[in-house]
Amino acid sequence: MAAATDLPRCATGIDGLDNILGGGIPRGNMVLVAGSVGTGKTTLSLEFLVRGAERGERSLFISVTEASSKLIQNLSTFEFFRRDLIDQGSLVFVDLPVIYERLGLGKEELTAEEIDILIRTIRDMVRALDAKRLVLDSLTSVCYRIRRDEQIRDFMLRLGQELNAVGCTSLLVSEIGPNPGRYSMHGVEEAIVDGVILLWNTRRLGDILRVVQIVKMRGTAHSRAQYVLELTPIGILMAPHLKGGREGGT
Amino acid sequence: MPIDIGERLRGLPTGSAVALKLDPREYADHYFAVLNATLRDLGSETNAHTIYVAVTNPAAFVWSLAQALDVPMDRISFVDAISHIMMNYSNPLPNATYVESPRALEEIMLRVEYLLRKFPHPRSTVVIDSVNSLAIHNPPELLSEFFHILLNNLKSRSVLTLVLETSEEEATGVEQMLNLVVDETIDVARGGR
Repeated sequence: MAAATDLPRCATGIDGLDNILGGGIPRGNMVLVAGSVGTGKTTLSLEFLVRGAERGERSLFISVTEASSKLIQNLSTFEFFRRDLIDQGSLVFVDLPVIYERLGLGKEELTAEEIDILIRTIRDMVRALDAKRLVLDSLTSVCYRIRRDEQIRDFMLRLGQELNAVGCTSLLVSEIGPNPGRYSMHGVEEAIVDGVILLWNTRRLGDILRVVQIVKMRGTAHSRAQYVLELTPIGILMAPHLKGGREGGT
Repeated sequence: MPIDIGERLRGLPTGSAVALKLDPREYADHYFAVLNATLRDLGSETNAHTIYVAVTNPAAFVWSLAQALDVPMDRISFVDAISHIMMNYSNPLPNATYVESPRALEEIMLRVEYLLRKFPHPRSTVVIDSVNSLAIHNPPELLSEFFHILLNNLKSRSVLTLVLETSEEEATGVEQMLNLVVDETIDVARGGR
């Protein structure tokens, strides 16, 4: 059996993150990016896709809550963004509400058959594009329409299998409350995924810091320390979270 | 008089971390001499990019002094961690990035990192002005951790780091902490020796 460090990696292209992951996310892993509002989940996910597209890996962003045009507008304020990646089809944006409409999935709660259709549609898009990176923003919004825990578990298991089978590394954005304790709205998502990247805001002497921590990542040794994250024009930068000898550094 | 600071700095191995000790009784003279040596002499000779972390005085003030020394704007960038809390942020400099508080130590580290990536140069210099000002706003343990991580990171990237320090004859806690993390201390009051 190959050692964990020998697994092929999908370098996120975010230096700090790749450093603490020992080179990147093991290829084909499905990873939860969990955090409250304003912690940088979408920006991290978008940079992951842009850096992948730059490396020649076709990257797919499935937006559930925000129109792609608005996301691209926001993305264009970053120096790392390249519009030519979209023009040449290396970076693809899809609005899930449009897909819902086309598939006639208009009801508030998806049935088992409709969940199956949704999985197959995502799988087919990934296969057709030969996408090696996928972001679903957000999983939470999808799960609002899949009410039962066992159906969420089944949806994620099957989606993970389909994506892993084609070597597609995925980030699923999970919106949580401001106090970390669980990593998803339903509490079942984190058990299914291969990894959890947790982001949150913390206070020190009244100032707010964005913090990131790898809680779980199958297939690799990784740091479990906390890092402060900054969204700069050239991309995400990370520095160790200073503690000053105290737990939490606050 | 501090006459050979520039020469001392030029003779340092790459990646050195140096404390520049200023006498508070002759602060203005010493400060100007340090700016002259670091921003003008050292910067122009090596054509290096200087990242100036402004905690004592706002970047606008330091920049006005740098202009008096004919330092070109493309040779210096500022990380200003004081203007915000002084409510003095209305006219931001184009070559400055502003951190909301001198307590945001990680953010200061990250802005330095950002500027090093933005202006890559084999002989970059980072000036931190000053350890005393940072000590006013931060607990000593946190500050020690900050300097330990930042200076080691800069050393590994061959960046020359200069930490300004104002101190009396008696060694203070700040000075003792700084001694643990720098390679050398240059006493400006003693002509750089």
